[in-house]
Amino acid sequence: MLLTCPYCGPRDVSEFTYQGDGNRQRPAPEAQDLQAWNEYVYDRHNPAGDHNEVWQHSGGCRSHIRVTRNTMTHSVSSAVPARGDVHHRATERRKPGAKA
Amino acid sequence: MVERLSPLEPVYRSGSHGRFEDGVGVILSETRPGSIVQVASWPGEEARAIAAIRKVTGLGLPDGAGGGVVDGEKAAFGFAPGKFTVVDETEGVAAALAKAITPTIGTVTDLSHGRTAIRIEGPEAEWVLAKFFAIDFALTAFPVGAARSTTHHDVFAQIQRTGGDRFDIYVFRSFARSFWKALGHAAEEVGFEVA
Repeated sequence: MLLTCPYCGPRDVSEFTYQGDGNRQRPAPEAQDLQAWNEYVYDRHNPAGDHNEVWQHSGGCRSHIRVTRNTMTHSVSSAVPARGDVHHRATERRKPGAKA
Repeated sequence: MVERLSPLEPVYRSGSHGRFEDGVGVILSETRPGSIVQVASWPGEEARAIAAIRKVTGLGLPDGAGGGVVDGEKAAFGFAPGKFTVVDETEGVAAALAKAITPTIGTVTDLSHGRTAIRIEGPEAEWVLAKFFAIDFALTAFPVGAARSTTHHDVFAQIQRTGGDRFDIYVFRSFARSFWKALGHAAEEVGFEVA
């Protein structure tokens, strides 16, 4: 399986570390709602189809990326920086053949 | 100044090795730069970090992920979003960069003693490296000056193409000897020379 890192480009999945379900919403640290904490810790959608995931390119640029992966086909429809504010052009992947 | 010892010393054998009768495919060497510095900028401060690197070293980093520049024995490249490696044959670049890169721009980490720089050059350099790393080493996909972060069996490596058939590889010092030996084994089939 290949994952296309927004910074490094397509890389083998062995360079990446799975950081978990990207749908989880962590309650506020002071939250007392045990149901919300239970959902955060244990409940997963486990869909047969597109799944939002967080991966880290631990064997490359080490950035975290948000990935939409189809759990049945392993096809990846989207891989974007996990940080919403990383929009600098240095995060855009170089086009093959682009001048240095 | 502390004398720096090479981690490759016990296994560094100058001369020709492997199947070199039909020509030397690659030349391996250790470049031993005086400064290997990592610059990490805060989000949004990348342009100021690039400007500071230009001011201190004279190296103009191009835009784009993994973009880099080589000028003689000086080099700089991006290896992660907002992060850059700066290399110079002279010592003391970290201190100069730390003056130019204020805490509001980012951080400067001196890795001069923490990384080992290994150079592989020759007509078979792409071939040998392609056996190590699952990335595209073709000149069109990996132009001169550009750099890639990747791993070889969990040995993290930053690779910069510093010439048409020349690559500089930065590995952790503690893994350098093992990596060097592996690189030698990989280069045996094409014949290699240790400079």
